[in-house]
Amino acid sequence: MRYSGFNVIKQALTGHKGWKPAWRDPEPKPSYDIIIIGGGGHGLATAHYLAKVYGERNVAVIEKGWIGGGNVGRNTTIIRSNYLLDGNEPFYEFSLKLWEGLEQDLNYNAMVSQRGIMNLIHSDAQRDAFIRRGNAMMLNGADAEYLDLAAIKREYPFLNFDDARFPIKGGLAQRRGGTVRHDAVAWGFARSADSHGVDIIQNCEVTGFRIENGKCLGVETSRGFIGAKKVGCAVAGSSGRLMAKADMRLPIESHVLQAFVSEGLKPVLPGVITFGAGHFYVSQSDKGGLVFGGDIDGYNSYAQRGNLPVVEDVCEGGMAIMPMIGRARLLRMWGGIMDMSMDGSPIIDRTHIEGLYFNGGWCYGGFKATPASGYAYAHLLARDTPHETATAYRFDRFRTGHMIDEKGMGNQPNLH
Amino acid sequence: MIINHPLLGPRDSAEFVYLGDASLIDRPDPETATAEDWHAYGYLRDNPAGELRELWFHEGGDRSWLVVTRNTLTHEITSVEMARDVARAQGRSK
Repeated sequence: MRYSGFNVIKQALTGHKGWKPAWRDPEPKPSYDIIIIGGGGHGLATAHYLAKVYGERNVAVIEKGWIGGGNVGRNTTIIRSNYLLDGNEPFYEFSLKLWEGLEQDLNYNAMVSQRGIMNLIHSDAQRDAFIRRGNAMMLNGADAEYLDLAAIKREYPFLNFDDARFPIKGGLAQRRGGTVRHDAVAWGFARSADSHGVDIIQNCEVTGFRIENGKCLGVETSRGFIGAKKVGCAVAGSSGRLMAKADMRLPIESHVLQAFVSEGLKPVLPGVITFGAGHFYVSQSDKGGLVFGGDIDGYNSYAQRGNLPVVEDVCEGGMAIMPMIGRARLLRMWGGIMDMSMDGSPIIDRTHIEGLYFNGGWCYGGFKATPASGYAYAHLLARDTPHETATAYRFDRFRTGHMIDEKGMGNQPNLH
Repeated sequence: MIINHPLLGPRDSAEFVYLGDASLIDRPDPETATAEDWHAYGYLRDNPAGELRELWFHEGGDRSWLVVTRNTLTHEITSVEMARDVARAQGRSK
C-alpha cells in the first residue's frame, strides 16, 4: 500500500481498518542469491538498493532479534558530511544527498530535518583546521560555512561565549546537516525492501558459515541451513563475534558508546551543535528532549551500558558550552556497541573467502552513513566492484599503509 | 569499574588508560618477523565477547602496567596481575 495524504484521510474516515503490516514475515527459503546478515539500518538499506537499484530479486535479510533493534535504534540521529579526507568526504556527501531524497524514494516519512550542524571553534589553530576542513568539504561538493562570533550569537545566544578556558571564537556550519527519526529509517528501508520482494527474516540467528574449499555456500542459522551465492555481513558492533565464525580476525575492537536524553523541553536548540574543545554534541528531538553524547568509554565491551566517569565527562562538556543544560533533568541514557576500527574509518569489502562480504567498522559514525553504506554495499554485492565513493574502504589498507585516519590517532581504536 | 591493583588495592578505573588486548605483550621478534606478522600484530584483534585479558596503564597512580582479566559482556574483573610479572613469565624480559 502506498502511503499518501489521500490514504490517511480515507483510512481516517473508515476507522483505520485498512492498514496492512509494513512488511511480511516469511519463512526462509532453502536458498537465495544474496543473504544479508543483520537487519539494522545498513543491512536493510543494502537490501533496498539491491532490489530497487541493482535489480536483485532473490534476496533475504536475516536478523537475530527484531529489525532496527541495534545501533540504528540507539544513536543520536545526526546526519552530516563534514569530513576532511578524500577517502571519506565523497562517500559521506553521497550519503547526505541520498538522505535528501530518501523519503520520496522510500515513500516513508523518516522525518529528515536539515536543521544544520555547527562545530564550535575555541582557538586560532582550531579555526585554521576547521577552515581547511570546510574547503575540503566544498571541493567535494558539500556545503560549508564559516560563522564568526556575531553570527553564532545571533543563532545561539545562550552559549557560554566567554568561558575562561574555552571561549567560543567561531564555528563551522553545514546547513544541510541535521537529524533524522532513526527508527523510521530502519522501518522505511524494511518496508521498501519487502515491497520489492526481499524476505526479511527475524528471530533467525546465524550460528555459522558453511565454507568449503574457500567458498561460502550459505549460513547455518537457528532455523536451519540457508544457502546463498553471496553472503553479506552488516552487524555493526557484533562484527568481531560474527566473523570469528568464519575464522577471521578483524582490524576492529568493540566498544561501548553512551547517549543521553533529557526531559522534554520547549524548543530551545534550533540545530545540532558540537563542542570543539572536548567531545560533546547535542540536538533537540521533535519531542523536545535534548539528545546528547560524547566519547566512547574506551575499553572493549559488548555490554550495552557504560560507566559513570564518561557520564561525568559528557555532562562537563555540556555545561562548558551550554550551562542551561544543567537545569534539565536526564530522562534516560543507554549504551550501544560500536565496532571501532584501527583508523576510525569503515570497511566495505570482499573477504578472502569467495562469496563472503563484509560491511563494518563504522565506529560511532554509522548512522549518517546508512543510505550510502547500503548503496555502496549493494553495488559491491551485485557487481563485485567497489562503488565509486567507497573505493578506499578496503581490508588491505592497513597492510598497504592507506589508512583513512581523520583524527590522526594511529592504530588505537579507543582514540578515534 | 574498580580495578584491584596488586600493589595499591582497589582503584577507580578512571585513573587508568586502556591499551587493549594483553597479547600485545607478544611483540613479534624483529629478527624473524614477516610483514604479515607485523600486520597481524599491529592491526588484527580477537575482540571476544566474554573473558578478555587486557593491558591497563595506571597513569593517575603508580604508572605501572597491569594485565586485567575482564568480562566484556558484564564488565566483571576476575583477576589483576602486574604486566611485568606476566611478561617475565613469558620470557619477554631478561
